[in-house]
Amino acid sequence: LLLLLLAPGPGGASEITFELPDNAKQCFYEDIAQGTKCTLEFQVITGGHYDVDCRLEDPDGKVLYKEMKKQYDSFTFTASKNGTYKFCFSNEFSTFTHKTVYFDFQVGEDPPLFPSENRVSALTQMESACVSIHEALKSVIDYQTHFRLREAQGRSRAEDLNTRVAYWSVGEALILLVVSIGQVFLLKSFFSDKRTTTTRVGS
Amino acid sequence: MAAEQGVWSVTRPGIGMGKTMRALVLLLWFAARGSALYFHIGETEKKCFIEEIPDETMVIGNYRTQLYDKQREEYQPATPGLGMFVEVKDPEDKVILARQYGSEGRFTFTSHTPGEHQICLHSNSTKFSLFAGGMLRVHLDIQVGEHANDYAEIAAKDKLSELQLRVRQLVEQVDQIQKEQNYQRWREERFRQTSESTNQRVLWWSILQTLILVAIGVWQMRHLKSFFEAKKLV
Repeated sequence: LLLLLLAPGPGGASEITFELPDNAKQCFYEDIAQGTKCTLEFQVITGGHYDVDCRLEDPDGKVLYKEMKKQYDSFTFTASKNGTYKFCFSNEFSTFTHKTVYFDFQVGEDPPLFPSENRVSALTQMESACVSIHEALKSVIDYQTHFRLREAQGRSRAEDLNTRVAYWSVGEALILLVVSIGQVFLLKSFFSDKRTTTTRVGS
Repeated sequence: MAAEQGVWSVTRPGIGMGKTMRALVLLLWFAARGSALYFHIGETEKKCFIEEIPDETMVIGNYRTQLYDKQREEYQPATPGLGMFVEVKDPEDKVILARQYGSEGRFTFTSHTPGEHQICLHSNSTKFSLFAGGMLRVHLDIQVGEHANDYAEIAAKDKLSELQLRVRQLVEQVDQIQKEQNYQRWREERFRQTSESTNQRVLWWSILQTLILVAIGVWQMRHLKSFFEAKKLV
């Protein structure tokens, strides 16, 4: 019984996509038991240069992972002590772009399908086949998620580009017109002044 | 999360002290683990989360709030008066769920259009003194699609054996993959449309710009020529 209390148990995964406003910092906490293998994976989907600062600390405040202006990263660690682990995403270096950040924090193993007390009985061949298909499908879904995020990022950049092209073409058209008409009138004004001075000198 | 809920809901009749003790220990242990991921939220702060999902996908969110007790200097479960307001918007910015829940709640919604759904949470602090400038701790767990299924319930309802339940889980997973791929095809089409629109705009703009430049150049020369002729300089 005591061993059960100490042993790391069924964990889970938290997948969250949230908005990080400019000059903001968002922290998440989780209580983790000693010996649990955890993975933190994050990706910036939209905003600015698609980068963010990330920091992971253990219960004593020791920094386990720290990266500045990262676009995507994956970090695996084993919890060395019981307690509250904290990870923060910071957009404090950005003045006006707010970012959308996705992260996937996997703690331990996924909970088993059956909350059964005895896992002593070996799995039959069919059950083992099911388990391996399940694991393979989980990795398919994981790849799909990352593909979706990359596509979202690409689409965000393409839509940005489209808007920029639209604004720039309108702006340039206006500038062209203003500059060319202005040039003509400026030239005309030069000759009008010179004309009066020459006539005065002449007479 | 499903496994934890399974332990909570399945009551084990006390067949013997040993078994009840074991169940109690399991219960306590699951209770300790049931904290999930948490973050801090201010009094009037609104925290929004985005879920990009295909259509006909179920999303279940569980949250639990705790309030900082200054006297005991630790987080205590929030008083019943303090609740959270949950608002869910679909990709067209239409509100599909806007409800007030207590200090502990569970919200569910099913998407009917594929795209980015926004889940926003903010506290409905009617008694400001409770907050006293502190932070509210919110434990949040959002399960999407196949993860939202409660297999213990499905097994009980359809009376499935272990193997049948495993196969059922695989079917649900493959379903989710299929939906996501359909959605991917739709999104890729949108992306292609945006890129082609940009391409068209750049093409037409360059042609237009050349025409404008030539026209302005011609106008400038003619205008200036007539001006100088009028001033008898040419």
